[in-house]
Amino acid sequence: MKPATAFRNDALAKVTGRAKYTDDLELPGQLHATVVHSPHARAEIISIDVSLALQAPGIVAVFTAKDVPGKIRFGQIIQDYPVLTDKQINSTGDVIALIVGSTREAALAARNLVKLEVKELHPLLDPEEAIREGAPLVHDWHGSNICNTHHIRSGDPDLGERESTHILEAEFITQRIEHAYLEPEAALCNLRPDGVMEVYGSMQHPFSTRRFVANTLGLPLADVEVKTIPMGGGFGGKDDTAALVCARAALCAYLLNRPVKLIYSREMSFRESYKRHPYKITYRLGLDDDGLIRFVKVRILADGGAYCSVTPWVTWRSTVQCCGCYQVPHVHCDTYGVYTNNVFSGAMRGFGSPQVNFAIEQLIEMAGEKLGLDEISIRRKNMLHQGSTTITGQVLDTHIVSLKQVMDRVLDQINYSEKRKQCSFGKGEGELYGIGFAISYRGMSLGAEGVDLNSAILNVQPDGSVLLETGIHENGQGSESAMILIAAEELGLPRESIRYRLPSTSNIPDGGTTVASRGTIMGGGAVVNAAGILKKLITEALLKHHPQYSVLPSDTTLVFADKLISTADRSIQVSWLEAIRLCFANQIYPYAFGVFQAPNVSWDEETGQGNAYFTWVYGCQAVELKVEPRSGKITLTNLVAAHDVGKAINPELVKGQFYGGMAMASGYALLEDCRVDKGMVVPSNFHNYHLARATDLPEMTAIIIENPDPNSPSKAKGIGEPTNELMAPAIANALYHATGKRCFKLPLKA
Amino acid sequence: MNIIVNGISHQLSSDQHETILSTYLREELKLTGSKIGCGVGVCGSCTVLVEGRALRSCKLKLKDLDGKSILTIEGIHGSEGGIHPIQQAFIDVGAIQCGFCTPGMVLSAYALLLSNPHPMREEIRQAIKGNLCRCTGYQQIVDAIELAASRM
Repeated sequence: MKPATAFRNDALAKVTGRAKYTDDLELPGQLHATVVHSPHARAEIISIDVSLALQAPGIVAVFTAKDVPGKIRFGQIIQDYPVLTDKQINSTGDVIALIVGSTREAALAARNLVKLEVKELHPLLDPEEAIREGAPLVHDWHGSNICNTHHIRSGDPDLGERESTHILEAEFITQRIEHAYLEPEAALCNLRPDGVMEVYGSMQHPFSTRRFVANTLGLPLADVEVKTIPMGGGFGGKDDTAALVCARAALCAYLLNRPVKLIYSREMSFRESYKRHPYKITYRLGLDDDGLIRFVKVRILADGGAYCSVTPWVTWRSTVQCCGCYQVPHVHCDTYGVYTNNVFSGAMRGFGSPQVNFAIEQLIEMAGEKLGLDEISIRRKNMLHQGSTTITGQVLDTHIVSLKQVMDRVLDQINYSEKRKQCSFGKGEGELYGIGFAISYRGMSLGAEGVDLNSAILNVQPDGSVLLETGIHENGQGSESAMILIAAEELGLPRESIRYRLPSTSNIPDGGTTVASRGTIMGGGAVVNAAGILKKLITEALLKHHPQYSVLPSDTTLVFADKLISTADRSIQVSWLEAIRLCFANQIYPYAFGVFQAPNVSWDEETGQGNAYFTWVYGCQAVELKVEPRSGKITLTNLVAAHDVGKAINPELVKGQFYGGMAMASGYALLEDCRVDKGMVVPSNFHNYHLARATDLPEMTAIIIENPDPNSPSKAKGIGEPTNELMAPAIANALYHATGKRCFKLPLKA
Repeated sequence: MNIIVNGISHQLSSDQHETILSTYLREELKLTGSKIGCGVGVCGSCTVLVEGRALRSCKLKLKDLDGKSILTIEGIHGSEGGIHPIQQAFIDVGAIQCGFCTPGMVLSAYALLLSNPHPMREEIRQAIKGNLCRCTGYQQIVDAIELAASRM
């Protein structure tokens, strides 16, 4: 049986049902809002008649775009996303009116009474059609349906062609999927007497939410306070849509001067929220007789849907990682994020890597097969190692490149080489068997796609207890617990001494969004740096004011451990509490504000060259499966993963990320498909959108690899996304070994 | 008509007959531990025990529960107060992430261990099949229920 070692500061509240999520909160006099979605994917609005809805029982107000006091449109990159649609409808997720009632039932019942008159337009639903010359424009003002492009021009692909003796060409198609956080979008907003709009909501980016709310209301950022409370999962999905849901509730609360709650049903969430981008990826790859990749030419087409969201950033990561974790001297990559009238696409755990990994991790095995090399040898020949140069010209010499280590560890654990001999390749009687794996490297945090910094506040109270706050958001992953453990270790205190304070955008500076697996590395780095400042401050106070310490040289370094502050030889020691009392007695606040600024990164948009990320992580996942040949039913029987996390701050929660990532990616591989029909999302709830259930998944093994990262003050790296980017190609490879058929399209079919 | 929630009897008026149990629990009794993830009885976040059986409270009407005994997450506790061994096991092995599915999972586990005190891992998976979790991949939830069974 497992040892009891997991730590979560919020575990007791959650396991007893006492944790309060947004819909569990109530404010006196609160009203309930709901949304009216557009029935059309593309149309011009002629009129919106709300008079009937206003007369319905229990209805307090109905608002449309004309009621917005601030700006109607906002967005993190391009301001194209309307809080309420005013003129042009671009998707069936567009919201044309907000209905506010005294009860939720009253508001919902009036939704059919809003009369919308439109001129319907032909919707653009296929990205290839959308980028064709002469296609109508989704957004006239953008001047093109190409939302964004990225390129890589390295080496000389023509020379690569000449150097190659074997050429492979393949096209891969990946589907749109839903984040399926179990708590749908939710917001509760209240205009405080001091004029501050207070926002509680289910979102993973309080600072982005604050910008959306302030933009909608025309208020300065200082007049909006977003307070974070428990939220039921995000996975990248609770950024733009979740922020707009908060902005809509805030709009109603602002106009009515009453608290307003807006809770999405699952159906609304499916209809409106952004999805993982569907990709079409076309590769041409050449190798020489030694099995070395000479060139890769790739075209990536991402359906961004009706609004930009973070499509330029998602497709940037796909571009940087388009050749997987391999050395390729000549690369030509063109990536397009495309506007269509489909439901829009945005951030989702993996952020552009699950799509390219699905392709490249099959392609490498196809290449090996063509040359008569097994899938391990072809990878060993081409994989990145210590000191390698990536396709964007970055030299990997600032951390341990553990790609071979993670791969060898997984192959050994699952006994790959022996089991590989038992694979069916479509032959034999009855059930087919296959084993497969995939490997990756992944740039940590935002990289050159964003400004990357975070901060932490350590505020020691007169009784020695510590208030901690960071600019990282608790999405369920356990970030607060990790921050507490880092602070406890740095300060030499038991974790019980540290209270993670309810974070507020009015207290901690904007630390960016809690995405990109950057919580532990960025927030943890800020905690380490804040602890360093605090220790210096306490040390100086002791050296100046404490009789025993004041005789020591002024550059003395003290040791903080076991609730004691000691000289290195432990000859003099003082308790933490005594030191804190001494600080207060001498007019010194034991308070520190620490910042971690990600080390420099660089990028040239023309050539796609630069130091894309300040450090990288390495992972390998393997799978065994069975296929019932008649029905095509695929059963996973074993999943194994190894990831280099730098340092495991909270190992049981790190493993939780492994298991959850593998499970979600298994669903991506086999079960999930968020189809759209005429722009409308077809699945509406979990009866017609299938997530992996406990019986769909086998036992899993998580292998934590630790190579402390010198670029990270806490030595830890991120793990949320690396775990979610490998299982689809691993399963596709296993499926090939079982059936002898390559699958180029997700979800996989035997 | 009356129903018994966590040992306390509540009289129901005739206009409450059509009320959905989850709405009644959350809005009337303010027992918000039962979560609404889908509203159509397929995610399991609203799971409660009705006479010891794990059922979806978003699919039950009060009129069908006359005289029935309902146990919600707020009514679960250890034999000497404090938290129940299932809850402790969830904490110990790290079976909780966002926590939205957790109350329902604990109650499904509770119902399982009532009828099968020492389930195999496959039986645990069957018992929580109706409870979706998007965070954990279920591995540590199965571990937790197995650990709880061994401690009880």
